[in-house]
Amino acid sequence: MPLEPLIFSYSRKGRKGYSLPRPFHPAPHSIPSESLRTTPPFLPEVNEQDVIRHFVHLSQMNFAVDTGFYPLGSCTMKYNPKLNEIIANLPGIRNLHPLQPVETVQGILQIYSELEKMLCEIFGMDAFTLQPAAGAQGEFTAMLLIRAYFQKKGMKQKNQVIIPDSAHGTNPASARMAGFEVHQIPSDARGLVSLHTLQKAVTERTAAFMLTNPNTLGLFEQDILKIAEILHNVGAQLFYDGANANAILGISRPGDMGFDVIHTNLHKTFSTPHGGGGPGAGPVGVKSHLIPFLPVPRILHDDNGYHLSEDFPDSIGRMKSFFGNTGVLVRAYVYIRELGAEGLKAASQAAVLNANYLLHRLKEAYQVPYPGFCKHEFVLSAEKQKRESGVRGLDIAKRLMDFGFHPPTVYFPLIVKEALMIEPPETESLEQVKKFADALLQIAVEAKETPDVVKNAPHTTEIQRPDEALAARKPDLAFPSPYSQKSGEIGWN
Amino acid sequence: MKNWSVGSISRYLPHTAEDIEEMQKELGISSPEELFQDIPGEVRLHRPLSLPPPLSEPEILQDVGNLLERNVFWQKASVFLGGGHYVRHIPHAVDFLASRSEFYTAYTPYQPEVSQGTLQAIYEYQSVMAQLTGLDVSNASSYDGATALADAVRMAHQVNSRPKALLSRAIHPHYRQVVRTYTSAEGQEIQEIPLQDGLTSLSALQAMLDSQTSCVVIQNPNFFGCVEANLKQVAEMVHRQGALFILSVDPISLGILAPPGEVGADIATGEGQPLGNPLSFGGPSFGFLATRKEYIWKLPGRLVGRTVDRNGKPCYVLTLQAREQHIKREKATSNICTNNALGALRSLIYLSLMGAEGLKEVNLLSSSAARYACDNLTQLPGVHLLFPSPFLFEFALQLPLPPEGLNSELLNHRIIGGYPLQKDYPEFKNAWLLAFTELTTKEQIDTLCQRVKEWLSRAP
Repeated sequence: MPLEPLIFSYSRKGRKGYSLPRPFHPAPHSIPSESLRTTPPFLPEVNEQDVIRHFVHLSQMNFAVDTGFYPLGSCTMKYNPKLNEIIANLPGIRNLHPLQPVETVQGILQIYSELEKMLCEIFGMDAFTLQPAAGAQGEFTAMLLIRAYFQKKGMKQKNQVIIPDSAHGTNPASARMAGFEVHQIPSDARGLVSLHTLQKAVTERTAAFMLTNPNTLGLFEQDILKIAEILHNVGAQLFYDGANANAILGISRPGDMGFDVIHTNLHKTFSTPHGGGGPGAGPVGVKSHLIPFLPVPRILHDDNGYHLSEDFPDSIGRMKSFFGNTGVLVRAYVYIRELGAEGLKAASQAAVLNANYLLHRLKEAYQVPYPGFCKHEFVLSAEKQKRESGVRGLDIAKRLMDFGFHPPTVYFPLIVKEALMIEPPETESLEQVKKFADALLQIAVEAKETPDVVKNAPHTTEIQRPDEALAARKPDLAFPSPYSQKSGEIGWN
Repeated sequence: MKNWSVGSISRYLPHTAEDIEEMQKELGISSPEELFQDIPGEVRLHRPLSLPPPLSEPEILQDVGNLLERNVFWQKASVFLGGGHYVRHIPHAVDFLASRSEFYTAYTPYQPEVSQGTLQAIYEYQSVMAQLTGLDVSNASSYDGATALADAVRMAHQVNSRPKALLSRAIHPHYRQVVRTYTSAEGQEIQEIPLQDGLTSLSALQAMLDSQTSCVVIQNPNFFGCVEANLKQVAEMVHRQGALFILSVDPISLGILAPPGEVGADIATGEGQPLGNPLSFGGPSFGFLATRKEYIWKLPGRLVGRTVDRNGKPCYVLTLQAREQHIKREKATSNICTNNALGALRSLIYLSLMGAEGLKEVNLLSSSAARYACDNLTQLPGVHLLFPSPFLFEFALQLPLPPEGLNSELLNHRIIGGYPLQKDYPEFKNAWLLAFTELTTKEQIDTLCQRVKEWLSRAP
């Protein structure tokens, strides 16, 4: 695929890509000239066909779930059903204004309400808010709930959150935004939370423990009930990061494990697309003691139908302009309605089966830092390859592109050196998983016999190993630069 | 859990009985139980989930279709609501392109070699947003207009460590609420600048501004649709105290209004929905956040930069990531990870189609419709403009009676009327906020006037 010029290169004065009605009332606005622009913004002026070609070309430069296998660990790149796209774009959803009176939006409020109930059942929680826009905002919401809970109880000493070293970076960042001090604890030799370490870390100041289960190594925290007990003994709350919930649908529920508050990523577990970096949705579920603190507005139901209420004096407040990422919520709702209980459980079983099969095929060729059965994902280390021939995890990731695969997550979790974090979701067939295994096995052979082939990968992509240091040293973040009319010559750092 | 539930259950699950047999054999297991043996029995679910029975595609379409029948939307009714979200025209090319699954089924572009499409689109998005706002650099997107503003207020605090943020009371009430939620835990104090004639009171601002002020935030056009005056003067006042000036703006209005960078704002934020994104009951759309280059290391969210690859070819990568949570963890500028990239892409496509001329036309069509409606509505007995200040495409009326009754009456005639202001501003009794766009027709406005007139004539 040849490089695509910037959209600005198609721009010519006098071209346009829009078609608008004529004004019916030529009266001008009365805005004083000092409030107006003196020059028009420099925007591209392009005819419709050239806009279409430009963005079609750009789209062709992307790898996507719909173009191939995307084994990105902790991201659950499962298939995004097309029915969900159709439904989210029906005018009865797409064209609803968020300030419409409730009597005109009963249908969507019913979908919201049913989705809340289904999520409560799937995760074993007492109530859900659909408001958070993404996983990180769900975490932040949960931390604010915990903060409000302790403030209400007059326990201001509860100012610390404990987080395992295998956690996603959003966990400590969210806890910090909610005003907590972050205390990180190391995982044990099993790759799990050490009860001993946790017991030592927990104090009267502990407000919460943030845990992903299965964790980012793809391992189930089997001491979870004891973990919950340690936390609850000092009155602290247990938070569940739902990033890895795709392993346990219909099999085990965070609410039954002792978690007080959870978030879920609908864009991972419930099949909504990732959109090239969003939008997502990060609904938060709570046990009953945290319900009074949930964000407003909340959906209520009585004989007259559905209402939105802000009348919750202990609420943490509003997290988002309106109710949530409706388009995403509706997609997840449709997914759950189509799969039902048996389908969701089958999805988790197949995801775990895929992961274990793949791990089994690869465990001789690559180092497995935490052996045994995994859940929906696992982590390999390229330490052996690095030691033997200088081939690094990133090189292996880049080489996979030559075989037509998206690379796995690399260098995460931080506790595994040269980590390759692999998640083959349930929607991938056995043939596809086998092809991926064969590719990684061949790369392991190449790393021994012809290491330069791997070190210099990728060989087949149009762009190869961009200079990221240059990008950071001389940031060129917009065209045209405010300092130079020529892009690429900016250097205002 | 003795048996696999896998098989021919769903079109989304490809494993056949033979596949499972083969995989089990390879793993040396005979039931799924063995893969889940690390989950203790006490935390297992020993019953099926209690969910509604699964539905087929035609059944779902029927079922959801029935539910949606109960919704009223703008093809079925005239909608005069605004408040940051507007019934605007979305050129069909936007939907066509944003529905390319190479865009919407991709992940965050962490691997640049296979993500140049998304990366270049974000770079182009950053470029057009820098142009619209008159600032140096825009992030790759925030969740929405409210969270983008909250990000901006937190960012100002990170820049100057001062404790106090001053927010105009003319800012969207939901945005102010979200700012309070976001800043509640980190000790930032939020104070509200009072109103004067529907605008931010500059004399009050002058009195409140001091060396403890981290930032001053004004919305333009403000929640009442009024265009705030003397923004350059505000910028000077704010900068004299060493504080940051934040403007929350409507992106469409930037087609004709002076850009935030030109009037002296340090940060511009806003709601991206009007730029080619469907209303979707309030989301997902996206929020934008742009600033001056000197604050770039405090900017939350992703950034894409242009660089070259090892063969010297120009290309794009995520950059300056040392601000972000996956590198800096609790010391990051923000926790944001997933943002609203697809909404930002839609806005880029929208702006590419519209250009500066199209954006100007949208403004003129919307403002002339608003002017026409205002001229006609204020002819009715007891109906006045609430504020004397100039407006663009949204204005507040003072009615002789509570607008809730009028709205119920209008709904019977398939009109979704304006937003009653009293809920958020108790001092503005019987005030009614109305929005107009390039899609509002003369017939819709004439009908609205007629219905309001009838309602007034029947009023006690």
